[in-house]
Amino acid sequence: MAAIADTLVVAPIRASRGYWASVVARLTRDPIAMLALAIILAIVLAAIFAPLIAPAEPFKGSMIRRLKPIGFPGYPLGSDELGRDMLTRLIYGGRLSLFMGVTPVFFAFVIGSSIGIFAGYLGGRINTLLMRVIDVFFAFPSVLLAIALSGALGAGIFNSIVSLTIVFVPQIARVAEAVTTQIRSRDYVEAARVSGAGPLTIVRVHVLGNVLGPIFVYATSLISVSMILASGLSFLGLGVKPPDPEWGLMLNTLRTAIYTQPMVAALPGVMIFLTSISFNLFSDGLRSAMEVKQ
Amino acid sequence: MLLYILRRIVYVMPVAIGVSIICFLLVHLAPGDPLTAVMPIDATAEQQAEMRQAYGFDKPLPIQYGIWLWKVVQGDLGHSIATGRPVLSEVGRAVGNSLILASVATLIGFTFGTLFGFVAGYFRDSPLDKGASALSVLGVSVPHYWLGIVLVIIFSAQLGWLPPTGAGPDGSGNWRPDLEHLRYIILPAVTMSVIPMGIIARTVRALVADILSQEFVQALRAKGLGEWGVFKHVVTNAAPTALAVMGLQLGYLLGGSILIETVFAWPGTGFLLNAAIFQRDLPLLQGTILVLAMFFVTLNLIVDVLQTALDPRIQRS
Repeated sequence: MAAIADTLVVAPIRASRGYWASVVARLTRDPIAMLALAIILAIVLAAIFAPLIAPAEPFKGSMIRRLKPIGFPGYPLGSDELGRDMLTRLIYGGRLSLFMGVTPVFFAFVIGSSIGIFAGYLGGRINTLLMRVIDVFFAFPSVLLAIALSGALGAGIFNSIVSLTIVFVPQIARVAEAVTTQIRSRDYVEAARVSGAGPLTIVRVHVLGNVLGPIFVYATSLISVSMILASGLSFLGLGVKPPDPEWGLMLNTLRTAIYTQPMVAALPGVMIFLTSISFNLFSDGLRSAMEVKQ
Repeated sequence: MLLYILRRIVYVMPVAIGVSIICFLLVHLAPGDPLTAVMPIDATAEQQAEMRQAYGFDKPLPIQYGIWLWKVVQGDLGHSIATGRPVLSEVGRAVGNSLILASVATLIGFTFGTLFGFVAGYFRDSPLDKGASALSVLGVSVPHYWLGIVLVIIFSAQLGWLPPTGAGPDGSGNWRPDLEHLRYIILPAVTMSVIPMGIIARTVRALVADILSQEFVQALRAKGLGEWGVFKHVVTNAAPTALAVMGLQLGYLLGGSILIETVFAWPGTGFLLNAAIFQRDLPLLQGTILVLAMFFVTLNLIVDVLQTALDPRIQRS
């Protein structure tokens, strides 16, 4: 008996790691995802603490020192068409570019998930009706819909965010509806229903925990597209207005300089590219870490 | 099959009506009255009311929609505010140029995308696969309007090999299939091809990898079929889906070409949209978007039917 008691005590009693702990563990072992995360964090932090780290004033320019090359004394990344420091404006530009890229996906995540989970859980006619309405939005390529809405609403930061949110809501709603429909036919949901749980309790306890993960992963993959589209709207003159620094708008105003300072003119696009690809790679890493199937 | 096609068409009708409602509402989304843009500033309230009545803007929205839709069905998309010409003829001229650009871009993207996809799918987890996967991530992450500018910097500003903007040497509005015009389409088409290339490469890689892991391939090899013979089987099995993705990409490119057409001053629908937005030419904006969206819906339908016809595995239920 003593021996058995000993073995019982000695036996390693280790609680199995929780889902999120193992997701984090898998994610930290993915070098590409971690690098992407580091780049995103660096850009976000630089944007937040822009006044502390930027070497110059974002709006103050000098017409004598306009369009200086990269490495010009006092202008580490050159100067723009109004003689403003490029490095400073790229750092400050992250504020609006990130804000306009991430906000629509956030709102679309909240609205789209609600619609999708509601439709998927209820099923039946309401589901069919909602999804048919969603189908109509899929008849427009994203870029066209975003530009059509912004074009009709008029230029501006707020209108751009509204347009992009409308573009992403149907996409997220469709994914949310698909995963919810899958979950609601599971045995444990049926068991909960039989035990007398109300619809709200079932959604809160059984559905949300299982569907939010895949929807969230899908939403993160949209940030990359959203960044490119948001900057694209500003590039067309539909988003941020001068003189506010924003990468897409900077890329547009520097187009006249492609013959004189090509490297400087290409810089804002490098930032959009870097941010977009980092979000894409991080989202890919998150997908495999969370074992979400596409 | 005919029944299936008919059913698909019936299914598309509500979507097409929904699209027309969104396009109709676009004009009413705009701040103020759709007539504000055309009205002289010093027009009196009476004159404004008269105009509103003449154009039917005093009627309730559903009735306005009905009248508008009736005209659209008859091919009347209204008149451009800026030029006074019928919207349909403006869009008609531009859509040809956009279609040429998008088709060439899709073709380039499809050729290289399938090539990369096949290589990556055949040699999974090899450096070749990793390279092809990296290329497809780059393809979908790159802001294409920036890529266009970079290509202009390299091939026009620095090397002077290709013209930076326009569709032809005479500055006229239309692209023609000759050698001189060919030089003008290279940069915008290559820029545009990057997105479908990445997406097609991803799709084909997954398809090929999936097909190669199936039992029938093992059986073919066990029966002594050579690699070339197996390859032909893989192509036959991958083709319907790959072609469907290509068709859809053509639609996406046609609708999403506005940024690239703006960079290259390509005289297509994107360029037209850009002009419409900045002149607040709402009828032109509405008409162009309606035509592009309807084209996309029709293309989806065609792709769907063709895919079903090509691939007997898809159930026609």
